This record gives sequence, structure tokens and C-alpha cells, in this order.
Amino acid sequence: MDVDRNLAALERAAGLEDLQAVIVDLCEAYRINHMVYHWVNSQGDQYGCGTYSPAWVARYIEKEYLRVDPVILGCNQRFHPVDWKRLDWSSKAARLFRSEAIEYGVGNQGFSIPMRGPNGQYALFTASHSCSDDEWQVFKNQHRRPLILLAHFFNQKALEFEPERVPEASRTLSPREVDAMTFLAMGYNRAKAADTMEISEHTLRVYIESARFKLGAVNTTHAVARAMSRGLIVV
Amino acid sequence: MIRYLYADELEALPELKKSMFQDRADQFKTRLGWDVTVNEDGFERDEYDDFNPLYVIYQQADGSHGGSMRMLPSTGRTMVNEHFSDILGGGDVRSPEIWECTRFCLSRTAQPRTAAALMLAGGEIMENFNVRHFVGVFDARMVRIYRIIGASPEVFGSTGEGRAKISVGLWSFTAEARMRVSQKAGISPALSRLWFERTFGSEQLALAQIA
Repeated sequence: MDVDRNLAALERAAGLEDLQAVIVDLCEAYRINHMVYHWVNSQGDQYGCGTYSPAWVARYIEKEYLRVDPVILGCNQRFHPVDWKRLDWSSKAARLFRSEAIEYGVGNQGFSIPMRGPNGQYALFTASHSCSDDEWQVFKNQHRRPLILLAHFFNQKALEFEPERVPEASRTLSPREVDAMTFLAMGYNRAKAADTMEISEHTLRVYIESARFKLGAVNTTHAVARAMSRGLIVV
Repeated sequence: MIRYLYADELEALPELKKSMFQDRADQFKTRLGWDVTVNEDGFERDEYDDFNPLYVIYQQADGSHGGSMRMLPSTGRTMVNEHFSDILGGGDVRSPEIWECTRFCLSRTAQPRTAAALMLAGGEIMENFNVRHFVGVFDARMVRIYRIIGASPEVFGSTGEGRAKISVGLWSFTAEARMRVSQKAGISPALSRLWFERTFGSEQLALAQIA
């Protein structure tokens, strides 16, 4: 699946409404029940976008499910992605919560990605669906990696909306990343690029992955195209 | 056994916590002479321990620390980006698929298989959390131990001399390397998986069974 169009829209997003439009599109593109991105900024203010029904959101807030939801409890202060199956649903409250969530169309399967930004900012990106365990496994095998990247791209965007934000140096390509992108743009394969840079292919892969993330791209071709269109590399 | 504990979870295990931070002081300050801070409790701690990192700890039969390492995602603040940028060629490395692994430590009473067991745990993290590379900061003399256990890092570069020499390197983990390390550790892949799932839960357990 090609999500580059969605990523370009995400890149341009200037406010919450834009994030909402992107997440609705993405959810359709992946053909799953729901996608939600929710964050708490460094001031403690909460924001969210996603495809849950207004009725479920209202119900969730009314019943204070933040205190019960095993996804929230299991992801708080963590940074590893988690399949909902791995969480603790053993309490009666959690089981009731789950059956209600299913009733409201959330789905019986889910994958959540917690993230931490600077100064106490944190966020959670979730994809959920109704299907069998086997079908969900197939979906995850295929899409787990891009979903994790997408989650972080949403978070990069949210960080741009932080009040009194200092421009981040973290998205600047490092000198070695510029080299790697440049050689790839010139049509070098990895072996030749690594050879030219006098590094191993393994090391080259690290520079490429890091550059890809900073450029907001899910694959190398897109990353190279973005680096060129932004004038970050000259071929 | 191997335990995976975020810093906030370690608080519930004071003996394990104490022996880990004291073993770190013993290794990095006493034995290696690194420029690290040891507090009044004899703990070696730095600012990255305050970011709620994930510790991978080999816990010995008596409950104490046998060896450990500290994981942080490179999307947040890391020691590698803030202190060893020059070794990486300047700038910083950031990706959800790259985590940093620092403070690799072995207690004086660690068994030879402890280092291998920790490596095996690193493999579980890679496979289950979609991490492709670890960028590590380690005692340069550890390279020999890593080679013996069959999981050599690729060294980017080093700083310092003699016993204070610090290296920055990269780990990935192929299936073959994993079998090799599993044999060196004397821990089967199934047992390694069990320890991992004890902390992080299992995906095999169908929600339907508990609903």
C-alpha cells in the first residue's frame, strides 16, 4: 500500500482539523475499523483525532474509562508497541469495558503505539479492527512497521503544535545521512554507497533509517525524493 | 532469569535495584575508571536513568543482579546522540526502529552465560517491538566477550584510552546469530520467549479465552 499521499497531507497539516482528515483517510486506506491518535502536550492539555464514533467518545469520557482501559494503563510511561492481546484484561471492570467497546464498534483486535516527546509530552496511536486472530496476524505482519512509523509522524506533527516550541534540531539530516541520501539519489545501490562512504552496509542502513524517519517517509524511495525536493541534497 | 523492567517497575524490587546500580558503580567506576557519578547509596546513576528507561536484567537465583543493560528509543533523548555524536559522524540518529543500549554491565559473580542471555533478550526486543538496530555504548574490552558469545557489534568508533576506552557500535540480530547465542547462553529460544511473555504478555492468548 502506498501511503505517501497521506504522509504528504500529514506533512502539510497545520492544525487539528487537518490531522483528523489525514487519520480518516488512512483508516480507509488500511481498511480497518478505527485509527486514533491521542496526545497530552507538555502543558498537560489533551488532544485527539480519530475515527471512534462520537457516542463511544462521549461514553468513554462519561464513564471515566481512562482509569479502566487496559490500553491506557498498559501504555502509560512505556515506549514499546503493544498488541491488545498482551494486555491485562483479567479484571471484571476491564472485561466489561471490552465488551462495551466491541458493542460500540471499536473492534476485538488492536495495536497501540505509545510515544514520548520532550518535556513530558506523550501520545498513543491505535489501530483497531474486528476480525479473527489469524486475520489480525496477517494484517500486522504486513502493516506493523509502517503503522509504527506513521504513529511517530503524527507525534512529530503534534510536537510542532506545542506552545513556545523551540525549532527542533532533531529533524536535520546529519552529514552522514546527507551522504547516504545523495549516493542513493545518484542511483548507487547500497553496497556501492556503503563502499564509497567507507562504512559497512549495516551502518549505512542505520543512516538511511534515521534519514527516512527525519524526512517523514516510510520507504527509501520516498525519503530520497523528499530530500531532493527540499533541497537537502544536491545531485 | 531475564527480567524486563521499566525504571518505575524496578521500584517494587528494591534489592534487585540496589544490586544493579551498585554493580554498575563497581564496573564503571571501580573497575573501568569511567567518569561516572556514584551517589551516597553507592549507586551509579546518570540522567538517562531518570527517563524511565527499560532495563533488561539477568536476575540470579538469589534474586540479585547478575547483569543488565539499559534501553531507550532514539526518538527521545539518548546518550548516543547527546554525548557521542562525533563518533556517529556528527548530528544525531533518530528512528523508532533504532533503540540505544547503554550501561551494559556484568556483576563480578556473573556466570559466563549471563552476557549471552542478555543478548538473547535483546533479540526478543528486536523481534517483538520492531526494533531493527541497537546503537550501543560499551566498554571497549567487552568486544572480546561479545565475540565469544557470538554477537559481535560493529564498532563505529571509540573514545578514550586503556581501560577507560569507550566504544559506540551497532547490533543487529540474525536468526543464525540468535541460535548461536542461545547455545552459548544455555537458554532455549522457547525459554527466552517465556521470560519475555511473562513481562509483556503473550499474543497467543486469545482475548476470547479471557473475555
